Amino acid sequence: MAIALPFLIALALVIFVLSNIVFFMWAEFKISGRVADRFGPMETGRWHGWAQPLADILKFLNKEDIIPANADKLIFRVAPFVGFIPVVMVLAAIPYTNKIFVRDFDIAVFFVIALSSFTFVSMVMGGWASGNKYSLLGAFRAAGMLLSYELPLGLAIAGVVMLSATLSLIGIVQQQTVWNIVLQPIGFLVFMVAMQAELQRSPFDLAVAESELVAGYSVEYSGMRYAMFQLGEFFGLWALASMAVLLFLGGWHGPYLPGIVWFFIKFYGIFLFLAFSRVSVPRVRPDQLMDLGWKILLPSALVNIVITATLIVLVPHYQVPLAVSEFVILIAALYLMRRVLK
Amino acid sequence: MNAGMTNYYYVVAFAIVGGVFGGLLLSVARMLRPRKISKTKLEAYECGMEPFEGNWTQYSARFYVFALVFLIFDVEIAFLYPWGTVFRDFGVTSLIEMFVFIGVLLLGLVYAWKKGVLKWL
Repeated sequence: MAIALPFLIALALVIFVLSNIVFFMWAEFKISGRVADRFGPMETGRWHGWAQPLADILKFLNKEDIIPANADKLIFRVAPFVGFIPVVMVLAAIPYTNKIFVRDFDIAVFFVIALSSFTFVSMVMGGWASGNKYSLLGAFRAAGMLLSYELPLGLAIAGVVMLSATLSLIGIVQQQTVWNIVLQPIGFLVFMVAMQAELQRSPFDLAVAESELVAGYSVEYSGMRYAMFQLGEFFGLWALASMAVLLFLGGWHGPYLPGIVWFFIKFYGIFLFLAFSRVSVPRVRPDQLMDLGWKILLPSALVNIVITATLIVLVPHYQVPLAVSEFVILIAALYLMRRVLK
Repeated sequence: MNAGMTNYYYVVAFAIVGGVFGGLLLSVARMLRPRKISKTKLEAYECGMEPFEGNWTQYSARFYVFALVFLIFDVEIAFLYPWGTVFRDFGVTSLIEMFVFIGVLLLGLVYAWKKGVLKWL
């Protein structure tokens, strides 16, 4: 029993996350529909097209599977798994409350960040193996994005790690008497932007840009293999949105309601933010993407670390000075940026 | 098994479940999907034109430089995490040491910036 237990937990979690993903897909159809002044799906399943994601999955299952003649067949087959397996492994390290979690890792933060960037490896593998010029371009863009956004993401999290002096996610949440978003507004902003790049969602979906690269790394993928890339992306969204909640929004802390409810309220708040920013911000150009990553996010994350470290060491009760100085610098930086960009 | 080993036993179990789940999806699809292969279907998709020249084209050396700068900073982050968990215990000393470390790297970033390395093509 003890040997089989982890497998059962893993299966249960995968199914739970999948059912949430079905809801994500439907919610995203509806939100992007409403933003564009449409209804979104209305027919499938009668009530507001609730069965549309299920119909999509059935369609994926029925699609013919084509592996191009000049593709690198082995890597072409392996790539979707490389995208999917690491994000399932991440689920083992994410706690939902201080009672409901799979395992408490000492290095959970490191583990999640390391594994969730495997998505890019799968994109580069898939794009390279397809034997198609568009896919190759998409793969290179994916590689370029990994290079520029992995750093700000990691540095933004380093600020939180310094505040809580532990890498365990449960430990980090238990330390947050004040939510870290108050103490680390710069870090939170950097994290939210870098997270969208990490997830390849719309303002940063350069690797799949359908209007310039047809569909980037996934041009030659069809049917279930393509769906596995998509599933991997949604699992990655699950992992990173949970990270945002746990690191910056106080995890399961909150008044009156039980912890698990608070966790999912915050989680779906992050999801709504992602869904709206996807449809309301136009896609950035590759050069803007690199500029944003290297010249704005990376220096601001470094500034964040320097301020945090200095105040923690030099000031005994650092919470209030830290929050105030970070907030002032953030406002000043945003104001300056607006002046410069004009 | 101690706690650390158990943790990684769980990770392996999750990896296996992920792999088997993916494999299951693909094999279900294999049973359901049609299979009518023709020569044109297997060609690379290029918006209807016949593909010409090799498919694995040359790419810019710019990626290589980006990868180098990335590597330096990524290693920096790998050092920052352990430092971040213990730096309070060592007070001002650890602060100054890390500032020197970050400062050198920042100089590197400024140098790369001025050299025009961070420009995308």
